[in-house]
Amino acid sequence: MSLTHQDVARIARLARIAVTEDEIAATSEKLNGIFGLIEEMQAVNTDGIEPMAHPQDVFLRLREDAVTEPNRREAFQSVAPQVEKGLFLVPKVIE
Amino acid sequence: MKWEVVIGLEVHVQLNTVSKIFSGASTAFGAEPNTQASAVELAFPGVLPVMNRAVVEKAIRLGLALDATINRKNVFARKNYFYPDLPKGYQISQMEQPIVEHGRLAIQVGEAEKVIRVTRAHMEEDAGKSLHEDFHGMTGIDLNRAGTPLLEVVSEPDMRSPEEAVAYARALHTLVTWLGICDGNMQEGSFRVDANVSVRPFGQAEFGTRREIKNLNSFRFLEQAIKYEIQWQIDTLEDGGRIQQATVLFDPDTGETRMMRSKEDAHDYRYFPDPDLLPVHISEAQIEAVRAAMPELPDAMKNRFVALFGVSAYDAALLTTSRATAMFFEAVASASGQGKLAANWVNGEIAARLNREGKDIAECPISAERLTGLIVRIADNTLSSKLAKQVFDALWESDLSADAIIERDGLKQVSDTGAIEKMVEEAIAANPKAVEEFRAGKEKALNALAGQVMKASKGKANPAQVQEILRNKLAG
Repeated sequence: MSLTHQDVARIARLARIAVTEDEIAATSEKLNGIFGLIEEMQAVNTDGIEPMAHPQDVFLRLREDAVTEPNRREAFQSVAPQVEKGLFLVPKVIE
Repeated sequence: MKWEVVIGLEVHVQLNTVSKIFSGASTAFGAEPNTQASAVELAFPGVLPVMNRAVVEKAIRLGLALDATINRKNVFARKNYFYPDLPKGYQISQMEQPIVEHGRLAIQVGEAEKVIRVTRAHMEEDAGKSLHEDFHGMTGIDLNRAGTPLLEVVSEPDMRSPEEAVAYARALHTLVTWLGICDGNMQEGSFRVDANVSVRPFGQAEFGTRREIKNLNSFRFLEQAIKYEIQWQIDTLEDGGRIQQATVLFDPDTGETRMMRSKEDAHDYRYFPDPDLLPVHISEAQIEAVRAAMPELPDAMKNRFVALFGVSAYDAALLTTSRATAMFFEAVASASGQGKLAANWVNGEIAARLNREGKDIAECPISAERLTGLIVRIADNTLSSKLAKQVFDALWESDLSADAIIERDGLKQVSDTGAIEKMVEEAIAANPKAVEEFRAGKEKALNALAGQVMKASKGKANPAQVQEILRNKLAG
């Protein structure tokens, strides 16, 4: 499988990464290299092996349901570009 | 052409944990904006999610109640999209192997019962809120809700009418509040419904193209939106048009559904397992512990009420629409030994008064104990139904017992035959015209005479006895 320049442009858009026309060729070459490696791995026979979601065969530890986080709005919002009435302001988005 | 409607629902059930699914921030509703948004919800660099145990337990609770499969191994996935109410750029959700699969929920529409299959229920985090007004052309973001635990409950497209869809939504709402895993507050967004609606010609095997109505936050809107959508789809098809798959919003002001502006590539979520979270393993012991702590379920209780107290299936269904109502009824029915009377009063006067005053059964001014006191006096004929109503009103306004009210207001029904006979004789003597009419075959005249007797007794004479004695005297 090999990615077209169109595929690369679409992936970049979905990931909100700016890739210029000039960069597309180089980027597809790199991505196709990664796909090559994936193809090699997929050629390995994995019959009867359960896929793992994580490299280590351990399970998640769970925490008790309790409130432990204080209100730190002021500190968090001190690095925000724009704030009003406790809200973070962002460029208008309406669906 | 005759059309068949096909509906499936997706319900977002907010779990009533005190803290968020992946952080120790509070989930309390109504706080000042962003005062409950921790570094995890804000997606500060380097933060890691730490999973809340209660979310898993509440999900198991629902799974058991839906008679579903509980998957022992749970993997969290990232659902990737960019929107400012989700600063990480992805929502942590479950894709393959959701915690609950293959469940079922019984619904009742009129007399008919039907089982709706529940495809799955998975754990995920809620997003924040966007406010689009009054910020000089910008959008305000409040991330207090971000990270609130949700169960997304997805049904099979098993419903065939708006009424069935509403019945399913109501049954699920009853169940999650009954189980104590969700506060059920629809105005606050604790229970949000998306409806997938399509139509197809009767007899056609394939489904038509569906449109999804998003974010319905009341049962009334759910019904209105689906009805409008069905008509719109049928009109479009009959005019030779085609339905395109789309997401639509319901506008309660116009009663119409309209297309949302759809973002390009919006549905390419590129799910992959979240490397920040290990799989969650659920043990048999954990499931058994949850099962042991389960309350009796609405359906089981409904059947028990019919068998034990002899109430009708319809009454039993009404009594089990909330756990608080069911417990209230059971307390009264057990203590009074009068199941049918208890059902009539709880579903009748109590429900009507609560409804009129916008109150919940928990706020009912008459306790189960005081209602029992009233019902006992109806059952032993101390009170006629009319007097009972009077005592009920007094119970509602005071905290006296039924017996104290009967005593205070002298409301005892008169069942003393001698006293009633005397009043009957007086009524006959005073109303010769009615007597004549009755003897001439006019049944209604008897009611007029009985009314005179009741009036003379100030409503306290036993009405059945009055009728009987009147008939005897007039026949004689």
